[in-house]
Formats: sequence, C-alpha cells, structure tokens
Amino acid sequence: MKRIEGVAKLTGRERYVDDLDLGEHLWGATVRSPSPRGRLIEIRFCDDINWSEFTIVDHTDVPGDNTVFLIEDDQPALVVDEIRHVHEPILLLAHPSRDAVRRAAKQIEVVVEPAEPYLDFRVAPTPEQVQRGDDNVLKRLEINKGDVEAALATAAHVIEGVYETGAQEHVYLETQGMVAWLDDDIVTITGSMQCPYYVAKAAERALGLDHDHLRVIHAPTGGGFGGKEEFPSSLAIHTALLAMKSGKTVKMIYERAEDMAATTKRHPSRIRHRTGVDEDGRLVAQDIEVVLDGGAYQTLSPVVLSRGIIHAAGPYACDNVRIVGKVILTNSVPYGAFRGFGAPQSQFANERHMDVVARELGLDPVEFRRRNLLRDGDSTATGQVINDGTDRVAVMDLALERADYAGRRAALRDFNATHPYLRRGLGLATFFHGAGFTGAGEVYLASRVGVAGLPDGRVEVLSASTEMGQGSQTVFTQIAAQRLGYPHADIVIAAPDTHRVPDSGPTVASRTSMVVGRILDDACAALCELLGDPDLQGDALREAIIDWHRAHPGAALSVEASYRPPQGVEWDEDNYRGAAYGAYAWATYLAEVEVDLRTYTARCTDFLAVQEVGHVLNETLARGQIQGGVVQAIGWALLEECVFRDGAMVNNQLTNYIIPTSADVPPIDVVFLENPYAEGALGAKGIGELPLDGPAPALANAVADALDVDPRVIPMTPERLMQLVETTATHG
Amino acid sequence: MADSRIEISFTLNGAAVTVQVNPRHRLLDLLRYELDLPGSKEGCGEGECGACTVHLDGIPVNSCLVPAWQVRDRDVVTIEATVAEDVARMLDSGATQCGACTPGVVMTARWLEANPQLLERFSARELMAGNLCRCTGYDGIIDGLAVAAPDAEEE
Repeated sequence: MKRIEGVAKLTGRERYVDDLDLGEHLWGATVRSPSPRGRLIEIRFCDDINWSEFTIVDHTDVPGDNTVFLIEDDQPALVVDEIRHVHEPILLLAHPSRDAVRRAAKQIEVVVEPAEPYLDFRVAPTPEQVQRGDDNVLKRLEINKGDVEAALATAAHVIEGVYETGAQEHVYLETQGMVAWLDDDIVTITGSMQCPYYVAKAAERALGLDHDHLRVIHAPTGGGFGGKEEFPSSLAIHTALLAMKSGKTVKMIYERAEDMAATTKRHPSRIRHRTGVDEDGRLVAQDIEVVLDGGAYQTLSPVVLSRGIIHAAGPYACDNVRIVGKVILTNSVPYGAFRGFGAPQSQFANERHMDVVARELGLDPVEFRRRNLLRDGDSTATGQVINDGTDRVAVMDLALERADYAGRRAALRDFNATHPYLRRGLGLATFFHGAGFTGAGEVYLASRVGVAGLPDGRVEVLSASTEMGQGSQTVFTQIAAQRLGYPHADIVIAAPDTHRVPDSGPTVASRTSMVVGRILDDACAALCELLGDPDLQGDALREAIIDWHRAHPGAALSVEASYRPPQGVEWDEDNYRGAAYGAYAWATYLAEVEVDLRTYTARCTDFLAVQEVGHVLNETLARGQIQGGVVQAIGWALLEECVFRDGAMVNNQLTNYIIPTSADVPPIDVVFLENPYAEGALGAKGIGELPLDGPAPALANAVADALDVDPRVIPMTPERLMQLVETTATHG
Repeated sequence: MADSRIEISFTLNGAAVTVQVNPRHRLLDLLRYELDLPGSKEGCGEGECGACTVHLDGIPVNSCLVPAWQVRDRDVVTIEATVAEDVARMLDSGATQCGACTPGVVMTARWLEANPQLLERFSARELMAGNLCRCTGYDGIIDGLAVAAPDAEEE
C-alpha cells in the first residue's frame, strides 16, 4: 500500500503547525538563561521598546504547578530563581509581529549570579559542583547474572576497553512549533509532537486544568526521532501560558538555532568493558559500566539508561554478566529521548569491543561472533531465555555471503597495498533491539485503541499514535483493512485529539506497529463481535454497520480494545531479571569505509543491512525506516559533533553541524528476514530504532580495518582520525 | 521603524501578481505568510537545508536567501504548481516520510528532470545534495527521480 498522506506531502499540501491559517494571532518568543548555573538576580528591559505592546509571562503566571511533568517534578516550566543550564526558559513574550517579538527577546538582559557549573560527566564533581546527593548520580541501575568476579579470575584472557560517544542533535527538518488558543473555557493546543497525551498531562499539571478543559490535537509532524517525545510538553505549556494571559491565539515556532541550542539531544556516553574469554574463544564474563550525561534535569534519562544497559552486553551468550549503569546530573542542556534510546551508545561500545577482543585473541571478528551469538535456549544478560526460532548465526552468514565478505576483504587488502593515499576497510556489527516499552512498561501504559463504524459503512480508527514520517497512518489502514476485509479507502484515520481518541500510549520505542497495531486488530474484532458475528467481513460488515445506524439514529457505534500482555512474559523490576522485551529484532550490518590520508576524511562507501524483524507489513515503509535510520547513524559515527562552550552548543546551525547529504552516503542495501512474531500486529516486530544501533560500530570496525588503528570515540571526525593515526604511528 | 512597503509585479506559478512587499521580508516570508503558499518550508533559514527551494527563472534557489523585492519582473514557481501525476514515481519509491524536506526535494528533482543533461556531468546524488533529508537516507529520493543517470551510477 502507498503512503496515504504521500501525495499531500509530495505536492506541498500537507499543513504543519506553522502552515495553519490562524487569522489574527500573536507570535511568541522565549527569553533564556545566558549561563549554565546560578541565581537569577534581575531581568532588565531596555527603554527603547514599547513593552506595553507585548504580553509578558514569567513563573508567577503559571496557574498550576510550575513543573514539566514527566518522571520527576524537577524541571520548572519557567525559572523561579535557580538556573541549572544555559538556555533555560525564564520569560515568554508575545506580539502580533514575528520580527518584533524575536528582536525584543534579544533586547532583554538577564542578570545571573553565577555558580560553578558541572559540565564534564566523565570527571567526578568537586564539592561546589555537587547538586544532587553527594555525587550528582541521577539514577543507578544494575544487572547481575552469575558471578562475574569469579569468572574473570579464572578466565584465560581478560580484555578491557573504554568507549565514548558524543551528543547528537535530532535535526528533524521541521523545528519545534506549537499553537494555543481558548475555546470558551477550553485551552486548545496543537502542534508538532509525538505524544499528545504526554503534552496533555504535562499541560494539565502546569496550567491547573482538568482533562475536560485542556485539549491537545496533533498536527502533522515533520520528523521527531525522539526529539518530539518529551520536549513539546514544555513548549506547549509556554504557548498556552501566553494564550491564557493574552486571551489570543499564540504561535511559537523555534528558529533552527534556538531549536539546536535549547532542546534535548542524544545522551553522551562513556562505557567501560572488562571481558573474560576462555581458551576456546567463548565469553565467560562481561563486566560493563555504562555512564551517561543526563544534563540538568531528569527528563527520560532513567529510562534511556535502562534500555541502554539491557542492550549493553549485546546478543551474546555469557553466563556471567554484570552491568552497572549511571546517569549523571550536569549543567548541560537536558539530554532526552533519541531514536534508539541508549541502545546505540551501549551497542557501539559492545560491538567495537567485540572486535577489540577478537583482535587480541587473534580471531577473525566473524569467527568470534559465530562462537558467541545467542542460540535458541540461551539467555540474555537479564536471564531472558531466547526461543524465538530465529537463527542469529544465519542472519550474519546471509550478510557475509551477500557482501562476499571474504572476497571483499582480500580485494581491499590489495587496494590498500597499492593506493598512495586511500585506505579502505570492512567492518561488521551483530546486534539486537527490543521493541516496545521495557519490562512491565506496556502493562502500566495499558494502551487503548478505538474503532467506530460510521453511518456510511466506513470504519474509523481512533488512536493517539502520531504520524511523524514513519507511516503509522498507512500501516494502521492496512491492519484494519486486512482484518475487516475492507478496501483501504474505506478506513478513516482520526487525527490524534485528546478529546476524541483514547490514550494509545506514546509514539516511541518502536511500539506503534507491533503493540498499538495489535490492539487495533483486537478493536476491529471487537467491532464485529458487537455487531453479532466475529467473522463479519467486507460487504456484510458494511451492511451490518449501516443497519445498526438505521436502528440507532444519531448514536455512535464505537468500541475499544486495550493492551493484552503476551503469555509468559515476566519481568522483575527490582532485580532487573526476566523478559525485558516481548520480542527482539536481530541484525547484522556491514560497512565499508574509505579514508583519505590527505584529509583524514572517512566516507562510508558501501552499506548492507540484514535484519530479522518479524513480518514486514509494508516493504517500502520498512525499507525507508532502515535506510533513514542507517544514514542518521552514519552521521552520528562520522560527521555530527555537538561543540559545547560553557554548557552551550556553539555550532547550533546547519552550516556548522553537519548531517549527511545524498552525496555523503552510498545506497543502503536492505534485506529483511521474516520470522512472524505471534504477539505483534499481523506478525510484526518493531523496527524504527534498530537501524540506529549497528552502523556506528560497523563503521568504527571498518576504520580499524582500513588504518590498523583502534578508534574508541565517535564521531570519527578528521581531527580525531588524524590524531589516532599519528598516535598509533608514534607508539606502534 | 515603520515598514515602508515596496510594490512589485512578478509571475507566480504562471500568473501575473502585484504585491506590496515588506522590504525586510525574504521571498519565503512573502510566499508563506502573505500569499498563502505555505508549501515551501523553513528548515534552517540560512540556505543549508533546501526545504524552501523554489524555481526563480527556472533555476532552483533557497527562497530564504532571496529578498522578496528581488523577484520583481521575474518568474517564480513554487511546490504548489506540482500535481499528483508529477510525483507518482516518488510516491512509489518512498521519497517522502515526514514531508518537511519534501517540497524542496521535489522542486530540485523537477529541475533535474527538466534538465537531464546535468546528469552527464554530475551524479544524481551530487545534484540532490543541496536538499537535506533526515528520514529517508536518500535512497527513496534518488530512486524516485524520473530521469536515470546515463552511466547508472546507482546500484
């Protein structure tokens, strides 16, 4: 099936939040903290602006609790007096002229009495820098399996390594944007977001409104990647505060520079491995410490840490595993959700480390993985026994065969021996990604989906899952049409509106097709059952719906279904033991790089992505998810570096923060293996985040192969590669 | 400072228009906020991302870098001149996901399709490199071009 909103997007007819015809309205802007830590002393308004033309909001205008509700109430909607990061929002302005309000925001001087900021999470804080507990640790989690110390003491080899990853900016092409207005006594918010119910719950708290008086409507969203998971709650509160104070419709659209500087990013990480291996090259102990920079407020960091540590040991069989995870509070702009959610960081470290270990043992990286990949019946780090029928070694072998791995390696060696300044290398990563919320998360979410039979016989899907490019509207149409025997054109997808659709949970965690799609399937079944026959399909169903409306004029024919946990999935949250996820996608990625020794520029010249993802619901959409995710991860590995000074991102524009163009990346060859997952919609497993996990380590392993160096930090910018080559030449 | 508007006439999507433009406005602002043509998007405001691409006298330009008054007596074509048949191949290939970069991508692609001789000197990937996309990884876009490279540089 073709993307249902595809023609609207391709012809410029899709209406995003900044495209809406609002009539008379105000533009909003934000005044932010100039320094990373301190106490707000004074806000100075210059004399040459007529401030009476402006609506001005500060923390005293927050009618409810001054907090951006999420996990912990640590983040104020607007600063009261304590400042904990650069660009923290202090004051809001609104004015009929966009240019006037943006100019005015820059004319306001914020005076701060500075305190010593804590900006490098890799170094212990000084007493003056401690702001939480006695060590700034926001959250600590631990996974224990077997006896790591005993296994390390007797292992034939113990190999250590430390790996680091940098912050990554989402660069959704549509910046954050929100509109708010008053409909009598209802505050209505629409805008760019992944999770309308997150926005609604946060806005209700801050604005002191109940569900009936606060309505959130999703607008078509120009990319999210996690950057529109939690951040839009803050912007929605700000926009609504200006609307409530002015009594007018208010629009806030971030310019790119503000968006890059002030919103969340992928957590930087530092990960330490100590690995025990026996004489046969089998893993006997994995001792791993994962440390993340959380930034100044908690946001979703504990959950990112959780997913990060659960994936940290990779898809390998090992009886003794200890993983300690910590996320550290600093005075950086808060880090938050980003596609992959901790797993790209921890699997970068693990997959690069697998090559380091193999090299130390004198084993081919493929052979080392072959000996250690999970077989059915083996268990993961949390003790989850994997028994899904997927042959993970066969996934790897298919990739090796398709890429002619052995032949290619020989050809690259010949090339490198003869070329004056180009060096090519091949690297791989074998990895996994759990879909849906972790552990009992889906049970707590208790997501719901509705379907309604319309008077003309069509069927409407009512869910809070949002379209942000991944194709959820199309996939939901397919699922409902298949279940009901309907043509696609007779399925209507309702706009996610918290006054119309039930809470289907957030549009995150690779859960929409697999988890919410399954609930939709159940809701379709419930509709047929309500009409008296669970086997109703096609024209018979249409007739039954039309007849029902004739018998019940003016009434609504709607049903809901809610999440049913899969059988036998048990999770022990206190001890981090058991089934962390209902299902995992499994993958092997192979990357070829070419490094130019004149410029130390590394380019990805070939890429193969082989993955087992359950049943593929829509080949074009699924392939697009993988290709787009791979390229986003190539950017993270090779190009994208957030440069910070005093806690502020200083390359906060697309001129200086480089994401891949079409000329920077090769075609991405995508192969799907399909082993249907019984608990997912029509056999699907989640795929959205998987492609972020494998490319960075595959590329680092390829750079190691090309240059005979040992890269342990990404992004592998020319500066870093030059240093690496020169250091290796000196010491080697 | 009061805005003293400037009257200009130009051709917009084939029709003659006369408008009073704010001298501080960019072509992108004129199109989006004055002429009710919000198809062109602002992705960066500094000519890096290409989401605001329109054709000026047949050449793709970043409308965020063109002062509005500079289009006096010139020919401007925006994404709104594109219809479904023009993009059928891109729909099939998966050239759009979130859609924010898409209007610019389509405008560059249509220029390329109208000037296929460019592919004799540059690859499709080089010619499309002025349009950033964060969703597709570019394969869906390149595969959706209605002109094939003469040397078939892809795959």
